Amino acid sequence: MQQMTTFFERLRQAYHEQPDFRILTLQHAGQDDLPLTYRQLIEGAAGYAGTYQRAGIQPGEVVILILEHGSDLVFAFWGAVLHGAIPAIMPFLTEKLLPERYRADLAALIMITKPAAIVTYPAFEEEIQPALSSEDSVRQVILSNSALPPVRPDFSQLGGRSRLAEEIVLLQHSSGTTGLQKGVALSHQAVFNQLANLKVAIAQTDQDVVVSWLPLYHDMGLIAGFLMPILAGNHLVLMSPFDWVRSPQRLMQAVSTYKGSLTWLPNFAYYFCAQKTRDRHLSGLDLSSWRAIINCSEPVRADGHQAFIAKFEPYGLNPLALAVSYAMAENVFAVTQTAPGVALRVDEIDRDALQTRNLALPAQDEAASLLMVSCGKAIPNVSIRIVDSEKQDLPERQVGEVVVRSNSMLTGYYHRPDATEAVMLPDGSYLTGDFGYLAEGELFITGRKKDLIIVGGKNIYPQDLEILAMEVEGVHPGRVSAFGIFDEHKGTEDVVIVAEVDIEDIAERQLIADNIRQAITRGSAVALRNVYLVSAGWMIKTSSGKNARLANREKYLAESGDSASP
Amino acid sequence: MTTDLISALSQRIASEILKQPARTIAADEKLISSGLVDSFSLVDLSLMIEDDYGVQIDDTELNAETFDTLNELAALIQSRQ
Repeated sequence: MQQMTTFFERLRQAYHEQPDFRILTLQHAGQDDLPLTYRQLIEGAAGYAGTYQRAGIQPGEVVILILEHGSDLVFAFWGAVLHGAIPAIMPFLTEKLLPERYRADLAALIMITKPAAIVTYPAFEEEIQPALSSEDSVRQVILSNSALPPVRPDFSQLGGRSRLAEEIVLLQHSSGTTGLQKGVALSHQAVFNQLANLKVAIAQTDQDVVVSWLPLYHDMGLIAGFLMPILAGNHLVLMSPFDWVRSPQRLMQAVSTYKGSLTWLPNFAYYFCAQKTRDRHLSGLDLSSWRAIINCSEPVRADGHQAFIAKFEPYGLNPLALAVSYAMAENVFAVTQTAPGVALRVDEIDRDALQTRNLALPAQDEAASLLMVSCGKAIPNVSIRIVDSEKQDLPERQVGEVVVRSNSMLTGYYHRPDATEAVMLPDGSYLTGDFGYLAEGELFITGRKKDLIIVGGKNIYPQDLEILAMEVEGVHPGRVSAFGIFDEHKGTEDVVIVAEVDIEDIAERQLIADNIRQAITRGSAVALRNVYLVSAGWMIKTSSGKNARLANREKYLAESGDSASP
Repeated sequence: MTTDLISALSQRIASEILKQPARTIAADEKLISSGLVDSFSLVDLSLMIEDDYGVQIDDTELNAETFDTLNELAALIQSRQ
């Protein structure tokens, strides 16, 4: 890929130089695959660019896209780029989530991000209207059926032509009220720098084909499973996460059909694919083209990889295709990457030294040990340091906070200088909030400083869940703790809620527990592992009165009978 | 017959899918549109039905339009046995 200055210029180049290249295949369960050439993609986007123009959206303004997997989402996103507007994709309302809760999240997003427009389906307009008010920034709700049809773009007139490489090109949010109020703003240049760095790290070629089911509102889906292939000129086969989760074999079928070579997956997906795919779904498949399947966005476990290999090696999977990356939206995407085609390094370390002295020492015979999977080395133009609480560098094999500096850093959290300042060091380094250590230049992640829970690759902020539980009648306000417990079978975290109640009656307690479960599911789309009700005074608080979630988690594991290992 | 099928489904779904063995599911309780059965569990449900009853449910049928209650699921199973 040639280094370009803006997304707009890259689209212009592709339109002129490779108009007939099939850049995207959209898959929908029960329908024929929809192929799109660069010409079709860019002309569809140009229809949306004209729609934004007609609606009075100015270049540099934010448009929120509330659209499901499909061509409207693709065209609306790239149309914003052609128009020079800043797209941000918001998750669509699911069956689990209460519409009122969804609207509250949307209102929280609007309050901070101040978008000029929202793009959605006609059928969805009535769901979002109540979240809007005459005082907010939203001037237009653009309906997909009113978008202008595909049109030949006039690059000399489109608003995106005057955007600069250092200006913001898109916003990336994580989920929940907290996540939606912290949009990661990325510049054109930061994204291109990341793609150039990543290209070297994964030895990407023009022949690579990316296959993805990841949602585009997630950073891994948006960057690796959408922007990267389309900007780099690699055919992307994209399916809906809703189709994949009902039928995980669709991933393997697509790889076989389109000779897919690159896929990014969260850790749980290795288990999910291996456990829930039947051999009859796989007969005749050839997975030999799959050269890198990159585990990213939640802690990596070696046993998930083993299960995946055992299941798919008979269909041509190269076991050395399994790779690992440590990534975050604040760095656009990848920080580290293991070399595709090389066996993953597993570091066996002494458990006691890690837990009591924050040291990652090679395990001695007999002593209890932990298996740590390497995340690989820093990709080009990214540097990693491990620091102590005073932000001083730590030597190899000492555990501390991972700090990242690169040529692909975020511009900032959009309209949140306070949040940006809290995570940036004066030299421009980013404090990740993750704990880890370096050994021979390879990064190993051991845990998290922040209380963030990661379920299936999706970041969940415990405070969002606690607020929902506190709204349930019978629960002590301020006396709820939410935390994650690793589920060995699923390969991801489960969420537990502990709540203080005064009621002793078993039936009434059961009712409160059911109500908490329902409030969380419908308020956050998170299905709980357990609701553990306790009496007043159980909860541990920090000396400053804050929720001590980790301490509460330890106490829960010690006394609840939960089978999870600590 | 149908009552037996519904109560068997209720028990299996409560213990295997919801992981709440003490939970009872009413025959007309919404399973999918309510979010009770998580989208991540729909594939487990279809594999369970296939193993227990020899009935295949296509992934494009794993939605509230095809079945949303134990009544509807039982009818679907019986129509294919």
